[in-house]
Amino acid sequence: MSKHKDKTKESISIAITGSGGAGVMTAGNLLLEVAAQAGWYGLMVRSSGPQIRGGEAAALLRFSQAPVECLDDRFDVLIGIDWQNIHRFADEIPLDAASVMLGDPEQGEPPEVFVQRGAHYAHLPFKQMAKAIPGSWANMIALGLAAGLVGLPLDSVKAVLQKSLKKGGGEKMAANLAAADAGYAAAAAVPAVPRLALSANRKSHDARWLITGNQATGYGAVRGGVRFCAAYPITPATEVLEWLAPALPKVGGVLVQAEDELASINMIIGASYGGVPAVTATSGPGLSLMTEAIGLAVAAEVPIVVIDVMRGGPSTGIPAKSEQSDVNIALNGLHGDAPRIVVAPNSIADCVAATQWAVYLAEAMQSPALVLSDQYFGQTRAVVDPPADIGLASERLKAGAGAEGYKRYAITASGISPMAIPGTPGTAYTADGLEHNERGLPSSQSGDHIRQLDKRAKKLADFDYGERWAEVEGEGEFAVVTFGSCTGAAREAIARAAAKGIKARLVSLRLLSPSQPGRLARALTGATRVLVVEQNHTGQLYRYLRAEYDLPGEVKSFRHPGPLPMRPDEIHQQITEWSRS
Amino acid sequence: MNSPAAAAPLTAQAFKSDYKPIWCPGCGDYSVLSSFTKAFAKLALRPENVAVVSGIGCSSRIPAYTNCYGFHGVHGRSLAAAAGLKLARPDLTVVVASGDGDGYSIGGNHFLHACRRNVDLTYVVMDNHVYGMTKGQPSPTTEPDWDSKLSPGGTGLRTFNPLVIALAAGANFVARAFAGDPNGTAEVIAEAIRTPGFSFVEILSPCITFRPEQREWKQLVRPAPVTHTDDAARAARRLMTDDGFNIGVLYKGERKSYQPPTGKGKKHPIDLEAEFAL
Repeated sequence: MSKHKDKTKESISIAITGSGGAGVMTAGNLLLEVAAQAGWYGLMVRSSGPQIRGGEAAALLRFSQAPVECLDDRFDVLIGIDWQNIHRFADEIPLDAASVMLGDPEQGEPPEVFVQRGAHYAHLPFKQMAKAIPGSWANMIALGLAAGLVGLPLDSVKAVLQKSLKKGGGEKMAANLAAADAGYAAAAAVPAVPRLALSANRKSHDARWLITGNQATGYGAVRGGVRFCAAYPITPATEVLEWLAPALPKVGGVLVQAEDELASINMIIGASYGGVPAVTATSGPGLSLMTEAIGLAVAAEVPIVVIDVMRGGPSTGIPAKSEQSDVNIALNGLHGDAPRIVVAPNSIADCVAATQWAVYLAEAMQSPALVLSDQYFGQTRAVVDPPADIGLASERLKAGAGAEGYKRYAITASGISPMAIPGTPGTAYTADGLEHNERGLPSSQSGDHIRQLDKRAKKLADFDYGERWAEVEGEGEFAVVTFGSCTGAAREAIARAAAKGIKARLVSLRLLSPSQPGRLARALTGATRVLVVEQNHTGQLYRYLRAEYDLPGEVKSFRHPGPLPMRPDEIHQQITEWSRS
Repeated sequence: MNSPAAAAPLTAQAFKSDYKPIWCPGCGDYSVLSSFTKAFAKLALRPENVAVVSGIGCSSRIPAYTNCYGFHGVHGRSLAAAAGLKLARPDLTVVVASGDGDGYSIGGNHFLHACRRNVDLTYVVMDNHVYGMTKGQPSPTTEPDWDSKLSPGGTGLRTFNPLVIALAAGANFVARAFAGDPNGTAEVIAEAIRTPGFSFVEILSPCITFRPEQREWKQLVRPAPVTHTDDAARAARRLMTDDGFNIGVLYKGERKSYQPPTGKGKKHPIDLEAEFAL
C-alpha cells in the first residue's frame, strides 16, 4: 500500500452560508476552534459577496486528522442559515449526490442550482429553534448541528463557546450553549454524513496554532526584525496591517497610517534609510501605485519588504477573492533594469517563514523584497503546526564611523557595499534614485551606469539562497511546478496519483526572483513531463519559466483564473490523462 | 567626539559638500543652500545628525550639496520619505526641500496630510512659479496668463495659495522668506527647525532663466507689517489679502508633534505567539 493516502476519504468538508448578519463567519470560526480543540487539523476559507456589510457569506471548512492545505473538490455538507443570494456560491460549493444540504423551511427552498446536483435535502427550523431559546441565535444552532454531523464531541463545542462568550455574560452564554446543544441533538436525525475519527492523543496538538495567512505574514515580518510599518488599507491585505498595529509597539516598533500607497511605500523607504527594517502590505492596485518607489529602493539600495496579498485583477477586479495574477507585476513591474527579490509562501504556516526570509534577504542584499501572498492564504484561518524559526538573523552590512573616503555604492566582490546609517559621523552620503557613482553622487556617464547596474544585478545573482528556494518533493518522470496557494492542491493531487501508481514530483517555488535555473534543472533531473500549475488566466508563471529556464521534455501549462480555487482533482486529472497519452 | 556639547560648533561652510551644483547662474536656490547651512550652524547641529530629504526638481538637488545625510527620492514624495525617517529615527533633525511643482502639484496630497499629521519636520519649498528642470512649464503657483509651449496663452487656472492651505490643513508653523535675503531666510529656517511639529517655510526663489521678470521680486518683498500670530484664522485672513510678498514668520501654533503609538515595548517577538496558540 502506498504511504500516500487518498485525502478525500480522510477529510470532511462543510460549508455554512447565509446573508450578512446571519453570523456565518462566527459559526464557521467557532466550528474551526471546536475541531482544533478536538485534535483535528482544519481550515476555514472566507468567501463573501461584494457588499460591505449584509451581503451573502460563506464559511468553507475542511477538517482532517492530517494537516489541511487546500479545499477539497466537493463538500459533504452545506448548511444554509438562509438562502438569500446563496446561488452565487454555486461554483465555489460543489455538491453531489452524496452531499447533504440543510436548510430552514421558513427561508424557502434551497437554490435550484444546488438541488440539481442531487444533494440530499433535510430541513431544520433554525429560526424557530433559536426563538424557543430567548437570547440565542440561529447560527449557534447551525454550529451545534455542524459539530454533531461531523462527529465532534459536545464537550469541545461547550468548551469553545464558554471561552469565546465569556465577555457576553452569563445569560448570553447560557442561551447560546443551549442553542448549540439543540443543534447538536438535531444532527442525530440527519442521515448519512461521513465522519472523521477523533484524535486519540489530544495532548500532541496542544502546541498547534490557529492563524490566518495575514497574521502569519505580519508575524513573519516582525520575527525577521521589522520594526516600522506604514499602512494604507486595502482588501484583502488590511488584516496584515491591523495585526501589526498593536504588535509593533509591543516590540518597540512603530506603525503609521499613510494617506495613500504612494506615501506608505515612501515612508518605509525613509524609515529603512534611517536603519530600521520596514514593511508595508498591499494588494494589486496598491502595488501598482508603489512600483515607482520600489524602483527607487532598487537604485538607492534601501532594503524594504512589500507584502502583496493578491486578489482578482486587473484594476479593482475581485477584491475579496483570490487569484495569483500579480506574478507579472512582481517580476517585471518596474521601469529600467531593476533586479528585485520576489518570495512566495507556499502554505499558511509558511507565510511566517517566507516573510521572515524575505526580511532576511532584503536586509542582507539591501534590496526590495516582495512577498506574494494571496487572499486565500491571507483570509483563511487554519490549524497549523508552528512554523520553525528560519535560523537566519537579519543583518544589514553597515559602515562604521569615520570610514575614510567612504563610498556608499562601492563596487565590491559580492556587489553589497556597507550602508551608512544617519547619525554615523564621517560617512554622510545622499541616497539617490538618480544613477550615481560609487560615492553616491549623481552621474549620467556610461561607465558609472554599467558599473552600478552590474553591482545591483550581481548582489542578487551571487547570493547563496540555500535550500529554501523551493520545496522539492518526490520523484518520477512527472513534475508539477507551481507556487503559492496552488501548492497544497498540487501536493494532494500528486498523492492521489501515487495511490494509483503514477509517480510525480512536486517543485513549489518559494524564490520567484532572482530565477534559479541551475537549482531547478537539478530538481527536475530525470523528469520528462512538466506541468506548470497556477491560478491566473494567461499562465504568468509558465511564461516566466519558459523565458528564464531550460525545462526538460514536454512542458504544459495548467491554469485557470480565480476566484475558484485550484482543486486537487483537476490537477490529478491532468496528471492521469497525460500519463495515458 | 560626536556629542554637540563636546564638539566646537561648526561653521556654515562645514555643512557644504564639495559637489558643484547644477543650477543656472543667478538661481535663487544657491542662496537657499547657504541659508540651510547657516541655519544648521546657528543651531550648532552636527552634519551626521541632520537629514535633508527631497523629491525631484531643481530645488530637490540640494541634499547632495550639503555634508549632511541626504535622501533624493522620487518626484513629489519627499514628505512621505521624511515622515518615515523621522518616525523611525526621532533623534534626527529632518529637513525637507521641495519646489512648487514637486510640492504643490504631484506632491499636493502629501502636503495636506503632512500638515494634518504634524510630524516634527521642517518643510522648505523653493517657489519660483515654474517647472525649471523640464525647461519652463506652469506650476500650481504660476499666474494664469503666463504663456508657455505646454500651455499656450496661459493655463487660465487660478494660482494655489500654499500658506493658506497649510494653515487650513493644520501646519504648526507657517513662514514666507525670500532667497535674496539669505541671512533672514536662515533665521526663519532655524526658527522653523526649533519649533516642534510640522513647520512650513515657503521661499520665493527666483528662476531668472525661465522667469527673468522675477528679478524684480527684490523690489517687491517687504517684512510682514505685523508680527506672527498664534491664531490660524487671523493668519489665514492676512494671507488671503496680502500680495504674496510679505516676508517673515506668519503663524506659530501650539500643536504637539505627532506621536505614533510606540515604541518602548520590550517584548520579544516570540511573546507575540501566545495569541496563535490553541
